[in-house]
Amino acid sequence: MLEIRDFHAFPDAHGRFGQFGGSYVAETLMAPLAELTEAYLRLRQDPAFIAELDRDLTHYVGRPSPVYFAERLTKHVGGARILLKREDLNHTGAHKINNTVGQALVARHMGKTRIIAETGAGQHGVASATVAARLGLKCVVYMGATDIERQKINVYRMKLLGAEVVPVTSGSKTLKDALNEAMRDWVTNVADTFYIIGTVAGPHPYPLMVRDFNAIVGREARAQLLEQYGRLPDVLTACVGGGSNAIGLFHAFLNDRDVRIVGAEAAGEGIATGHHAASLAAGRPGVLHGNRTYVLCDDNGQITETHSVSAGLDYPGVGPEHAFLKDAGRAEYVGVTDDEALEAFHLLARTEGILAALESSHAVAQAIKLAREYPSDGIVLCNLSGRGDKDVHTIAAREGVQV
Amino acid sequence: MNRIDSRFAALKAAGRTGLIPFVTAGDPWPEHVVALMHALVESGADVIELGVPFSDPMADGPVIQHASERALDKGVGLGDVLDWVAAFRQRDSDTPVVLMGYLNPIEIHGYARFAAESLRAGVDGVLVVDCPLEESAVLAPLREAGLRQILLAAPTTAPERLSQLCAAAEGFLYYVSFAGITGAARLSTTDIAARVADVRAHAKAPVAVGFGVRDAASARAIAGFADAVVIGSALVERLEGAASAEEIAGRVAAFLRPVREALDTH
Repeated sequence: MLEIRDFHAFPDAHGRFGQFGGSYVAETLMAPLAELTEAYLRLRQDPAFIAELDRDLTHYVGRPSPVYFAERLTKHVGGARILLKREDLNHTGAHKINNTVGQALVARHMGKTRIIAETGAGQHGVASATVAARLGLKCVVYMGATDIERQKINVYRMKLLGAEVVPVTSGSKTLKDALNEAMRDWVTNVADTFYIIGTVAGPHPYPLMVRDFNAIVGREARAQLLEQYGRLPDVLTACVGGGSNAIGLFHAFLNDRDVRIVGAEAAGEGIATGHHAASLAAGRPGVLHGNRTYVLCDDNGQITETHSVSAGLDYPGVGPEHAFLKDAGRAEYVGVTDDEALEAFHLLARTEGILAALESSHAVAQAIKLAREYPSDGIVLCNLSGRGDKDVHTIAAREGVQV
Repeated sequence: MNRIDSRFAALKAAGRTGLIPFVTAGDPWPEHVVALMHALVESGADVIELGVPFSDPMADGPVIQHASERALDKGVGLGDVLDWVAAFRQRDSDTPVVLMGYLNPIEIHGYARFAAESLRAGVDGVLVVDCPLEESAVLAPLREAGLRQILLAAPTTAPERLSQLCAAAEGFLYYVSFAGITGAARLSTTDIAARVADVRAHAKAPVAVGFGVRDAASARAIAGFADAVVIGSALVERLEGAASAEEIAGRVAAFLRPVREALDTH
């Protein structure tokens, strides 16, 4: 196993997290990526840019988000205290806005006038359309035709915000195909177009940039814990699809070796059934969407279709930093099934009056399991990455309820 | 000597421009791939680029993506592609074959195993679209086995990087003639001519120009300043729906012969 002294020293100049990450893209993308890397590495150290971003996070996103002690849930579970980092209270209802606000500012600094994005469940698409509207940038969102059918409300939201939603009919017609299509658009229109990737995947510098913009979650939470509880949590948990909310929470704690870190992947109908999206728990190292990471693929190297009740976790790859943390033994990644997530969704709704997103419900389910492993003075910190309003139709349909 | 190197040496000696057609292995039919390859040679191909189907062909346009999907639906895998090259070699020991595809299938197959099996099958070069120079350490076993790693250069490639590519180029350097995906857009030939001339002056290997070449006229325009012309999407599009080996050969001839003629008479 790798012996890592400083987890904050990654990625290196080539965007590598150990053997993971990098820039596995066609030659035509090398120049735009180099331009973006140069601009971003400059901006991330520019006090004026940082101040601008902080202002937006405070006054537009509504940060800081609270850390909330879920007392009745804790009592119900009977174990360590469960604390929720309330990213669901952000503008647009999820952590996704942390990243899109940041990338849109980068786009504006680079003089780009057109934003493109890929989206699965539509949350990142909505968050991208939101910031584009605010900055007066044209916005095109690529979305799999299957997802458009499943997420009509979010499609309409994007349109209300002035974005054009382009259906993608290739491949499995879901998130990964939307990402392919957005990448093609970028290659063709790179002069005026900025591609806002929604998760910590893709080629360098995206895993770095998206992590940086989400790392505010963990920085805030760490300070809030120290201030309110005088100590760090025993264990962190967050759901992992591409892994942006998870790395956002984890990053500030990576060098706190006593804090255990557990990522909850979508085990769908169970890992043994093959119908899941647990790239880290059940995949193998490979190359997808511009980076080396754990992927779900067959023995011919073809990327396989995934399943999760939660569209936002339905992705066959995962951010390279998570692959690195897994192999370095710094974080554990476990599967949470559709049923477990739904059970957690209901329990949180009834004990705390919070409707969590189905993605975040995976993290809540994992937090419940972890709480049982620790004594009552222990602390489990769970990232409640998004609110569940978008999912009520899915849940009703699954439970045979007419809405 | 590697077949790619000897073929380009022969082209140069004869003062001819090379013709490099691309087809997706397994499309339109897995059982006719070998016949298709022979048909390409009979219609004037100097080098064959054989696409290895991949589920997520990020750098390709819709035409090649759909060809890839059709082949995958028929269960085509990397092992089949190598078998077809070996079968092709039973009747053709001269025409160079370059496999073009994405990294993950090779990674999962295993680099050393892939190198050994490719060599045994009679593959001469490999173009891994999503493996730029910076990441190509993983392909060392292929180069060590004597396979040529074909590199791409693009109009957007920065000058310093272009020098690195020119210095590292082996087999041939594949110049992507516009900033975009395969099969799209129109190209301005005067613009490409100047850039390719510059690349040819510096590259250690011959320069093939591709992406956006659709017919005899666009091929002829490029013939004047390139060592070879690559034709992909337009050919793949022509082959869609061809039902038999004869029909495939007929369509190949109808499409490729005028291109060959244009290259030879420019």
